[in-house]
Amino acid sequence: MNFVSVGFFLAIVGLTLIVTYIAAKRTSSAADFYTAGGGLKGWQNGFAIAGDYLSAAAFLGVSGAIALTGFDGFFFSVGYVVANLVLLYVIAEPMRNLGRYTLADMLTARFNEKRIRGVAASGTIIIVILYMIAQLVGAGALIKLLFGIEYWIAVLIVGVMMTTYVLFGGMTATSWVQIIKASLLLFGTGLLAVLVLAKFDFSLMKMFDTIAVDHGEEFLVPGIKYTSTIDSVSMMMALVLGTSGLPHILMRFFTVKDAKTARASISWTTWITAIFFSLTIFLGFGALNFVGLDQILAESKAGNTAAPLLAHYLGGDVLMAFIGAVAFATILAVVSGLVLTGASAISHDIYGEIIKGGKLTEKQQVVAARTGSISIAIVSIILALFAQNLNVSFLVSFAFCIGASANLPVILYTIYWKKFNSTGAVSAMVTGLVSCLILGAMGPNVWSPVEGAAIFVGNPLVPLAVPAIITIPLGFIAGYLGTVLTSSKVPQEEAERIYQEIRVKANTGVSVSDVSH
Amino acid sequence: MANVSSEKQAQSIDYHAIEAMESFNSFVKKKNTFLFSITAMFLILYILLPILAFQPVLQQKFFGNITGVWVYSAGLFIMTIVLCTIYVKKAASFDQAAAAVLAEYHAKGGK
Repeated sequence: MNFVSVGFFLAIVGLTLIVTYIAAKRTSSAADFYTAGGGLKGWQNGFAIAGDYLSAAAFLGVSGAIALTGFDGFFFSVGYVVANLVLLYVIAEPMRNLGRYTLADMLTARFNEKRIRGVAASGTIIIVILYMIAQLVGAGALIKLLFGIEYWIAVLIVGVMMTTYVLFGGMTATSWVQIIKASLLLFGTGLLAVLVLAKFDFSLMKMFDTIAVDHGEEFLVPGIKYTSTIDSVSMMMALVLGTSGLPHILMRFFTVKDAKTARASISWTTWITAIFFSLTIFLGFGALNFVGLDQILAESKAGNTAAPLLAHYLGGDVLMAFIGAVAFATILAVVSGLVLTGASAISHDIYGEIIKGGKLTEKQQVVAARTGSISIAIVSIILALFAQNLNVSFLVSFAFCIGASANLPVILYTIYWKKFNSTGAVSAMVTGLVSCLILGAMGPNVWSPVEGAAIFVGNPLVPLAVPAIITIPLGFIAGYLGTVLTSSKVPQEEAERIYQEIRVKANTGVSVSDVSH
Repeated sequence: MANVSSEKQAQSIDYHAIEAMESFNSFVKKKNTFLFSITAMFLILYILLPILAFQPVLQQKFFGNITGVWVYSAGLFIMTIVLCTIYVKKAASFDQAAAAVLAEYHAKGGK
């Protein structure tokens, strides 16, 4: 641990604590806590959503994957960027117009049943915990490497920081931490990319020529990691459709006042992510060429430290310390958003609405939200401490798979399908969730004949790393069958009346514009 | 609380009257046709990448050592930016159509 690293590290911690202190003064109601009072501007929310996209898995993981596997790593970049369009075209605006704090709020606007809320909230909690374990384990390993701190202390530091932001500053602090981190990350990545390009005389052709000649043409086409079409198609489906089903992304649409601002948010996010993920090529190939495969692999088998190592080559200790601090900020920001989302499912959906029947006072809601945040943080920290030696990075792709298979079908049906009913909604969510978990648990991330390569030793029963190609259609089919098989038992007239209301609200935003201003 | 009174206000809107209006239905139909046809198009173009990426067509070199997969991916990035811009433009016209529907509803005597 050197002086410069500690300086950058403390600067990030100090800046985010100041933000939290200012945000805390503005956080008094449940709406402030969960959605920053719906008062974020388009560009602010756009940067914050970009911050959610650009997790440590995206920044460290993708640049490392490109360094190790060439084009196979770039598949992720394409997936994350195109995912913006799904959000923009079919999800963002109706979501804003129908929801309040959570995904379950949006679904129960149409089906006012506790079982719907319960299933949606459970799905949210599972996604949040899977995602968070992956981030925390990655954070512990990264901080250990950058600062030489023990793993368990590193996890505790991140855990205490994320809890502090959320507990005191709610969504306002979480959003600003995301905005700061997204700006720093964009700057840091841009700087690294320019420095790499300068080494190739600012010629893209020269960079590709060097990679082809010195490292092999296999880096320029897929095949080092992904050898089968079906495996990569399945993973790409999970990426593009899963983003629209991730609860911490969906929750971001409630932080703006109307559909127009939700649209502007995604427009900002699209530009930011398109720029960032284009730059991952330079980070990945730069690390491959200047740091070298042997050194990247020596530090981390998954290549997670390729970007900091590249920074060290290009700018010495100072640049490496800066990039390390940015990576640290990235992790903090993403886990804070996850804590808040988990808290909304536990405290608002399960405690406030299901157990207390929505009869909590404003003050009780805020107390519940804070208690929920602490609980979800503690559970995740404990799980992360136990998961230290497991390879958990695949849990992120699991979360995408569940988002795409359990949440996306039910969201689309709720907004766009007139005949959809609550049994269909429950079947879609349960089928999507359970099939992802079961097929995932039988897959090559959990089972491998090579000892140490996965959690258990043995042959995987399901050959797909990400089972999305099976589970997404299952989620849609279950929603369809659940609906048509029970359609005779549902009072049609009442259901139609509610759908008429949903349709008007989703398409005109009439209720939202009345509520906020 | 501000929320309670405004929720009452929102409830006083007759959603069923709006939903029965012809202008509303033709607007929603037009909008959904646009949204879903574009969505189907970009999803197909997108999923072709991992399919064609393993075929000779995208594995061959296009410019110098830059192979087809990179060019196609760059195309998808550009497509994303272009479709995002088109959506924002188009959505402004949908906003106007929605406002016109609401104006018609209010003119008919809704609150």
